[in-house]
Amino acid sequence: MNTNVTLCGIPLDNPVIPASGTFGYGLEFAALYDINCLGSFACKGTTEAPRFGNPGPRIAESAAGMLNSVGLQNPGIDAVLAHELPALAKVFHKPILANVCGFSIDEYVRVAEKFDASPQVGWLEVNVSCPNVHGGGMGFGAAPESAAAVTAAVKRAVKKPVIVKLTPNVTDIAAIARACEDAGADGLSLINTLLAMRIDPAARRPVLANGTGGLSGPAVFPVALRMVWQVYEAVRIPIIGMGGVSCAADVIEMLLAGATAVGVGAANLRDPCAARDIVAALPETMARYGIETLSDIIGGAHHGERRHHRM
Amino acid sequence: MKQTPFTLLENTPLTAEVHQLRLRGDCAAVTAPGQFVQVLVPGQFLRRPFSVCDRSGDTLTLCVRRVGRGTETLCSLPAGATLDLLTGLGNGFTLDHAGGAPLLIGGGSGVGALYGLCRALLAAGKSVTAALCFRSAEQIYYVNQLKALGAAVRVYTEDGGAGTRGRATDALALPHSSLYACGPVAMLAALDGLESGPAQLSLEARMGCGFGACMGCTIETAAGARRVCRDGPVFPGKAVVW
Repeated sequence: MNTNVTLCGIPLDNPVIPASGTFGYGLEFAALYDINCLGSFACKGTTEAPRFGNPGPRIAESAAGMLNSVGLQNPGIDAVLAHELPALAKVFHKPILANVCGFSIDEYVRVAEKFDASPQVGWLEVNVSCPNVHGGGMGFGAAPESAAAVTAAVKRAVKKPVIVKLTPNVTDIAAIARACEDAGADGLSLINTLLAMRIDPAARRPVLANGTGGLSGPAVFPVALRMVWQVYEAVRIPIIGMGGVSCAADVIEMLLAGATAVGVGAANLRDPCAARDIVAALPETMARYGIETLSDIIGGAHHGERRHHRM
Repeated sequence: MKQTPFTLLENTPLTAEVHQLRLRGDCAAVTAPGQFVQVLVPGQFLRRPFSVCDRSGDTLTLCVRRVGRGTETLCSLPAGATLDLLTGLGNGFTLDHAGGAPLLIGGGSGVGALYGLCRALLAAGKSVTAALCFRSAEQIYYVNQLKALGAAVRVYTEDGGAGTRGRATDALALPHSSLYACGPVAMLAALDGLESGPAQLSLEARMGCGFGACMGCTIETAAGARRVCRDGPVFPGKAVVW
């Protein structure tokens, strides 16, 4: 039974990667289980300066999922490099995905350059898809031209693989995926959360102080799967598929749709051991579906003409 | 933090809105009064946070107020049901600056959370006054339980239907060496504005994870951004930017 995959040239013991924003900088989870069982994880979205984020309430329940409007709260890149990553080095011994955020192309570049210099960082995950901030995030990822501009600028500045994290809140995600690939992206992550809202009928106002937030959890899994499928057919670079993944069978579906690795997000918040349990359940789930080598099934549900994909 | 199954022993209505749940399971992670648990509610995606009212051996007591679908489900669960809990969350109250005569002020669903604290303070030889504040007489609960522990209990209602007509801030007139409070944010903010002595305030918040990962419950404090779930839920007086 072989769960190994290769993401942009870097080997992973398994494709399971807790998704950015649901795993902090890993420390809360490391206190609960040995997070070295994971393929890797994507750290909290990090900006140049510290950010408080949006006012509360930032969280709302929804059928089979949740909304958040955290708004990229983070201590800033310098504090992450000075405190979070050194603390992480004591408990996690694999390269991480550094989630890079910004409000200008220059800020993306500066944050990416600093992460690029850290030996703990394996990949730069460039977040052009946060739905909860104004003037940054999704503002860059909603159009092919701006997504490509961020991608190209970061690529010029760094040595490590650049994975661009895409928003589902667009008409044609494949067009944006192609633009990022053409601009030099080494991989793509999808999907970020779906723009959503809830209203408190008693108060007659939105539950979230920000008004809107991002929907995640099992409710979005079929949407995410469909987008991974579409993007797989549009590009040759590897995809990290995410959105509502909550069990090992979901991982198999994501790989069959075309993902090389699989993010686990909201499930970590409901069940802090979710990612560990998904990793543990992979072998028996592979056996159930007659899979000997996990990487063999990447894109395996696509029939007819298939493009050659890079690792 | 520990994730373990608990068995519901009793689900008792205290008022039309508030139920007392007694649960049996591994309570080893519950180490201080004022900590909370995250309960996985059947049919809900996110867990629901509740202060631990009391821990005794392998039994936890929670007070749950019906405010939505999750709490509605919890209040209707029969004895014998199994629930998945994350226990030992949050910092809890410290007895360090209690002085000889601590005043406990509880508002609405925050009243229950003071029970274990009251017991600990009395065990430490303190003379405890508990001011329990409600909107009206039909919402009153836990008066007899706190009296039975040995606290001097004062009841305040906003409409004057029982006890003294008044609000939580009126209770500050009672003599005290320190303040402990749990209740709605507006109540805590008002108390914090008036109280100048040692104080500990237990906040409530909508949470995602409950253990510090998602940044869903962040508040502003004098020392910067803090997570209610991980850095709190108990904050010292004059720390929170209301």
